[in-house]
Amino acid sequence: MTEAIHYEKPVFRVNGDSALLVEYGEGIDISINERVRAMTAVLGEKNLLGVKAVVPAYCSLAIIYDPCLVALDALMEDIERLEAARLSSPPSPPSIVEIPVCYGCDLGPDIKFVAEHTGLSEEQVVALHSSADYPIFMIGFTPGFCYLGGMDPRLKTPRRKTPRTAVPEGSVGIAESQTGMYPIESPGGWQIIGRTPLRLFAPERENPFLYRPGDIIRFRPVGKDEFLEIARKDKTDEGL
Amino acid sequence: MKAFKVISPGPMTTIQDLGRFSFMDRGVPPSGTLDSFSCRVANTLVGNGHNCAVLETTFMGPSLEALCDMDIALTGADSNLTVNGNKVEGWRSHSVKSGDVIRIASASSGCRGYLALTGGIDVPVVMGSRSTFVRARIGGIEGRALIKGDILGRGPGSLLKQPRILPQELIPKYTREITLRAIPGPQDRAFREEMTVFFSSVYEVSAQTDRMGCRLKGHAVRHDPGAPRSIVTEATVPGNIQVPEDGLPIILLVEQTTGGYTKIATVISTDISLLAQALPGHKAAFERVSVERAHELYRGQMRLISTVTGLFD
Repeated sequence: MTEAIHYEKPVFRVNGDSALLVEYGEGIDISINERVRAMTAVLGEKNLLGVKAVVPAYCSLAIIYDPCLVALDALMEDIERLEAARLSSPPSPPSIVEIPVCYGCDLGPDIKFVAEHTGLSEEQVVALHSSADYPIFMIGFTPGFCYLGGMDPRLKTPRRKTPRTAVPEGSVGIAESQTGMYPIESPGGWQIIGRTPLRLFAPERENPFLYRPGDIIRFRPVGKDEFLEIARKDKTDEGL
Repeated sequence: MKAFKVISPGPMTTIQDLGRFSFMDRGVPPSGTLDSFSCRVANTLVGNGHNCAVLETTFMGPSLEALCDMDIALTGADSNLTVNGNKVEGWRSHSVKSGDVIRIASASSGCRGYLALTGGIDVPVVMGSRSTFVRARIGGIEGRALIKGDILGRGPGSLLKQPRILPQELIPKYTREITLRAIPGPQDRAFREEMTVFFSSVYEVSAQTDRMGCRLKGHAVRHDPGAPRSIVTEATVPGNIQVPEDGLPIILLVEQTTGGYTKIATVISTDISLLAQALPGHKAAFERVSVERAHELYRGQMRLISTVTGLFD
């Protein structure tokens, strides 16, 4: 990967007539992403008139606005003012979200391939995968799909040659140097090494998601019995 | 209150309102009506607020049996609307009685029809919206398109004292050739050499078009020499014109929140409604406008809609 470029001041980019991109740099880099998330948090608190949504990504955030309620110039001035004010206050510490995962067996059919490809034992794959902290850089692609950083480079494994037409909800996988979870059943080519019993997307709940961008994901290995027990509870208790 | 029984659903008829904006940071796309102008007008014609849920039809509409007395209005595509077999006009309200059969046939111009009814379609609000998003199975009825036998409820609302008819001159005309106004960027810097060619090319709407995006056929846009073919994934918005590896543009619609392709330009909000009415085979060209001009046009369209609303107050 090429080295990330940090912008000293955020760069504004027009994204159509109802969105403004605020860029903090180029590349996948935790310190650029921290600036994105800090501004996202500030905007979440300020609730500026005419701002309909704020969508943070790796190195930029998009501010979705209503041109009838706010002028673009005024919006950019607000961002600059908030950016200057933000620098004096430290960012809030991230939340740690623990995700139980049953690795291997029928729930993680590709763990064998990952072990063979990496030259590790299946136990080592589980140990390495469940011992790291994974920051959520951003969420996109499908509801609740996290773009995570922090995977141990020894686990790097290419995608499956033939993608599956349906990867079950809750599956945990590896693709190249990334790891991630499938919150809803979707087609996909990731190497599936396990599955979480938690519902990662529960639209009927007041908070449909267990995490937000900036949180840290930790995977905790569980056996099949605990997997089934958590799955049963998560369904009946309406979750958290 | 029960409003309709679905006799036949049409190929892709979904319940939509103006969209879901509360969880875009968690990968939940806005969804909502593709032609929001027609949605707002249809709701106005039956006395609803603009955000009431409507039916969005795709080329062919449903046949419905009314289960109560109510007012209905069909806007968008010219869809050969009949009540009990008698042809009635779009872009105006009709009072229907329990037992009436409403049929929306295939469109003679345009692609998507919008059927509003007194009180709006009553389905549970999911994450701030009634809009159907099929891929995640949320909104509408069980997160899917209508099927035969569905019963649709309606919200509270009073019947009109007299019909509401949109003045003829305000009804949009849908043609086989459209011009979509677009603002360059956000990755215009990757297409410095091709920008002029892009804005003077005529594309064809392909059959690979759905609520997520509209693929175009025609001139393959080339990235500038040395310009990156993809970007670090960032937020996308409806109207973004993505240029993938093969150079054939894809105009994003309402079912995507992020993406890693470069975007040469972005169709203005006002013209998404026009694009929503284009059929495969229709021609689309792009006209370059500034963001300031786009804002004027957007405010103009919103003023027009408030004028329409004011006509009936």
